[in-house]
Formats: sequence, structure tokens, C-alpha cells
Amino acid sequence: MTAISSSGLTKRFRGGQVAVDHIDLEVPEGSVYGFLGPNGSGKTTTIRMLLGLAFPTSGSAALLDVPMPDGATGVLHRVGSLVEGPAFYPFLSGRDNLARCDSADRTADPRTAPARIGEALDRVGLLAAAKKRYRNYSLGMKQRLAIAASLLRPRELIILDEPTNGLDPQGTREVRALVRHIAADGTTVFVSSHLLAEVEQICTHVGVMRTGRLVFQGSLPELRRTGAARVIVRTADPEGAVKVLAAIGLTDTQAGTDEASAALGDAEPERVCAELVQAGIGVRGFAVASPSLEDLFVGLTGEGFDVDG
Amino acid sequence: MSTDNGPASSAPAMLAVPGPDASAAPEPGGAGARPRVVRPWFRLLFSELRLVFLRKRNMLLLAVTALFPLVIGIALRLAAPRSQGANGPGASFFNQLAGNGVFLSFIALSTLLILVLPVVVAVVAGDSVAGEAGYGTLRYLLAVPAGRTRLLAVKFTTIVLFGLCATVIVSAVALAVGAGLFPVGPVTLLSGTTVPLADGLVRLLFVTLYVAAAMAALGAVGLAVSTLTEHAIGAIAAIVILVVTSEVVDNVPQLATIGPYLPTHWWLSFDSVLRAPVDTSTLFKGLLSFGVYTVLFGSFAWARFTSADVTS
Repeated sequence: MTAISSSGLTKRFRGGQVAVDHIDLEVPEGSVYGFLGPNGSGKTTTIRMLLGLAFPTSGSAALLDVPMPDGATGVLHRVGSLVEGPAFYPFLSGRDNLARCDSADRTADPRTAPARIGEALDRVGLLAAAKKRYRNYSLGMKQRLAIAASLLRPRELIILDEPTNGLDPQGTREVRALVRHIAADGTTVFVSSHLLAEVEQICTHVGVMRTGRLVFQGSLPELRRTGAARVIVRTADPEGAVKVLAAIGLTDTQAGTDEASAALGDAEPERVCAELVQAGIGVRGFAVASPSLEDLFVGLTGEGFDVDG
Repeated sequence: MSTDNGPASSAPAMLAVPGPDASAAPEPGGAGARPRVVRPWFRLLFSELRLVFLRKRNMLLLAVTALFPLVIGIALRLAAPRSQGANGPGASFFNQLAGNGVFLSFIALSTLLILVLPVVVAVVAGDSVAGEAGYGTLRYLLAVPAGRTRLLAVKFTTIVLFGLCATVIVSAVALAVGAGLFPVGPVTLLSGTTVPLADGLVRLLFVTLYVAAAMAALGAVGLAVSTLTEHAIGAIAAIVILVVTSEVVDNVPQLATIGPYLPTHWWLSFDSVLRAPVDTSTLFKGLLSFGVYTVLFGSFAWARFTSADVTS
């Protein structure tokens, strides 16, 4: 089973602007999928289409193998979601807000509602503030209440749109720990963010959006592999080192004041090092470096990337 | 006592044996369970009713509505000797009042039907979808999933019940105040015939339901307006403007030909109930107008709400 899939999913707004441009999502069951991209790259519009809130201009999408939006009433109760920030009735308490959500679910058992609501509040640490009006919640509490709403029932898939938006570092850590817990139960988690650093530690897979297109999709190791590793030689003779590196077939060679580097390609680092020593280059240091995920991410999303949101 | 308890307590225990098996089958949420429709629908309706009726703003609205008949009753009582023989709109009601407190209900309904009751309905109807969109709660309800058609049906039912509640409050408070301040007895109708008090009260019930039907039709219009925006205040204002415009146009003699098609035209036709014989054809036309408006705007609201992207 695929948790989320889409094929050629496209959304063109009435003004003609294409917000989502033929994306083919493939979110494996049991994964923690980081849906990344700068603000305005089409992440939220995609999520709205996945949840049946917005209708695609063309293409199709499916949640848990059920086509959306046609199958919405049959599948959405298996999916918990947080879309574009928390939204509740300001004049109701946290508990009453969750009761309202639960009452809309035609498959939920009203007899177990109080227990389930208490459990969800407990899970996000809001039990003490359950009777407080939503109006008086802090931003972090609002965000956590929204996550609690997605946990009212056991879910097979949880979709979290920017769950750490506006949170302080402490709140961000809490949300991350919560996502880990949810994922540990076997629930597939689809979490969007404009910051790679926020989800890097918890994700198994990532999809990267850029101006409405999905420019990368795969596991984190796959993303790392897209970055070309470089061999870096610290030496007193960079010019000589570059000649040796070029001689054994390495490309993109560069010489600095006390180091030389080249793209590693398919070459074995051990052999490169041995060749350098044999050629009489005094090697002070030898390293193979891969670009950081952040570098790869910025490379994918482009320079216009809005890091601060 | 003990002999009664013995068999009584053992019977449920015997009956309880097949219980768990029987109740396990239709476990809610179970994949194989027959989709339940009615009970979840009422659960959502009760949630909606709680949300609307327990909201302070709406409670205040109903309280103020209840105050009007009281104020009107006291004012008329104080002015009673001088109001004899007055002319103008509703003058016939006022003349009847001195003789019978029951007429305060009709006076209150016809007075409040001009603006107060429509505003009460406009607030709840305008807020129904636009308010949810404004808070952003609409996207969460639909992601639950509440179901678009189901949510809209619940919203409309709530608007109708709120309108009915406001109308009944006006009738009931006016009846109580009228009974307290004026004599009560056999009711002399507008056509001059006198009917027993019970007959008069039945006629009051029909008038109240007729007004509630008018408010239900307005509620359908309001629901449709509410699906067009995420600004509740804008929707409420638009509905009130629509009502006032309709009433103004209805009072321009040169536009008399379109009068019967206006949404407010038949609202005050309930005075047909207060004549003997009852003018059923006017009442029927009024109810037909309410029905047509409800179906037309209800369909529009449905078409719009089930096809529009939720972008709030």
C-alpha cells in the first residue's frame, strides 16, 4: 500500500498561475516523509488537494490507495491532518474544540469521545490547559492542540503542514519528539516544512518542491548520493597534486594555496591516496567530503530560497 | 423488595451473555460495519446547535429579541386609552389589543418581522459557513471529514431551528406579557367574528409557524450568501441589505408587478389566519414563495459549497 500517491497532480488558479505543476508523489507506507520547499512553492496547495479541500485542475491523487477527492468520506477518518496552521473557535475551550472536531466524524464512537479527547490532550501536554479558552492559548499551545486534533483516533497517516511554524526552539523540539513517537507506532507521517534542518533528523524520505514542481523525491541516502563527493588533499605542493589527480582521471580539479581538490567520481579514495604518495607528493591530509544536505537542498530549491520564512 | 430483586437482577445477567457478540459486530469505525448515517448526523447537529445556541453573542440576540415584546406591551398598556381609533399600519391589531392580550403576539410578530427577526436570522445564517471559513475551522471540519453536503444540511437545519426559536420566543413572551397587562378571553378576529380563546391560540400557533417558515426561507438565502465569502460580517450585512431593499421595492406602487416575487412580500400575509373564513389562497401563495426561495437558494448553496475550493 502507498500512503500517498499522485500522478500529474496540477492546480492552476483562476488567474492562470500554476501553483502545482504535474507532481507525482510517492509516499511509502511507514515512512516519515519530509515535504520541503520554500514558502509559495506549492506545498500547502498540494496538501489541500490531497485532503479534498481543493480540487485539482488535472491529474489524480490517492490517500491510502483511495482516490481523492471522490473517496474523501471513506478514507479521511483514517488520516489525521494539520493544514496551514491551527484553526479553532476562539470562544471554546481546548477540550470543547476537540469535541467539536470529533462530533463531525461520522465513524467516531461518541461513547469513547471523552476518553479519546483526554488521551489526545495528554499526548501533546495540554491536559492542564484543557478548560482554557482557545483565545488565551499561546502559539505553541495552539499548534499542539491542532496536533491533538489529528490524534483523536488511531490513524494510518498523519499529514502535518508546517507543524513547527512560529514555534520557539523548545516547541520545535517538542513537535519533533511527538512526530517521532507517532512514527514509532507505525503511522506514516507526511510533514511539510520550508526548513530542511527541522525535519532532517526525523525523515526517512524527502520530496523537494520548487515553484510548483517536485524537483527531487527519494530517501535521504538517495538525496545524499546526488551530491558529488570531492577528494581534498592538504599538501605543500597543490600544483603537483592537481597534476596527479588529473592523470588518474579525476575531473573538476582545483588548486588552492595549501590544498588541491577534485571530484571523486567512481575512483576509490584508497587508490587516489596511493597514487599521490607514489608520485612523491607530500600528503599532509586526505579527506573525502560530501556536500551537506543543506547545500544540496539549496541547490535544488534555488537561490531565491526564503530561509527565514 | 428482596424477592423482586432476585429475578430482576438475574435477568439482565442472562440477557447480557450474547450482548458483547451482538455489539461487537456494528463497532463504530470498523471497516466492515454498515455505514451509520442517522445517529452521526444528529451528533453533528447537536454539536452545531450547542455551538450556535450557547454562543454568547447569539444568546444575547435571543434575549434582546425577547425584550422587544415586553417593551411593546408596556408601551401599549401605558398608551392604551389614547391609541383607540388610531390609524396607520397595524392599526387594526392595536385596536384589538385593548380588548384582548392575545393580540400582543400578533402586534409583536408583525413589528419585529420588519427588521429584528430578519437580523437575528441573518446573523446566524451569514455566520454559518463564512464564520467557519473565517476562523479556518471549515478546512478542519472537512478534513475530519464532516462531508460537505452533510455539513451544509446541518448548518441549514440549525438556522431554521434558530429562526423558529426566535419566532416562538417573540410569540410566547408577547402572549405572557399580553395576558399580564390586558384582559384575555374569546378572541375577536379582524373580520369581526369572535372565536373561543382556544381557537385563537391555535391561530397564534399557525401564525408563529408561518413566520418561522418565512424566516427559514430567509435562512436559505443567507446560507447561500454565506458560502460566497469568508467574512461573516459581510455576509450578514448583505442579507440585511437584501431584506431592506426587498421591503422598500415592495412598497413602491410603480413596481407592484414584481412585488409578489420579492422574498419579503408574503411575510405579513399571516393576518389571513386572523379572519373568518381563513384566506387560505394567500397563505398558500406565501408558503409557496417560501418553498421556492428555500429550494432555489438551498440548491445554489449546495452547488457552490460542494464545488468550491476551501482556501481559507
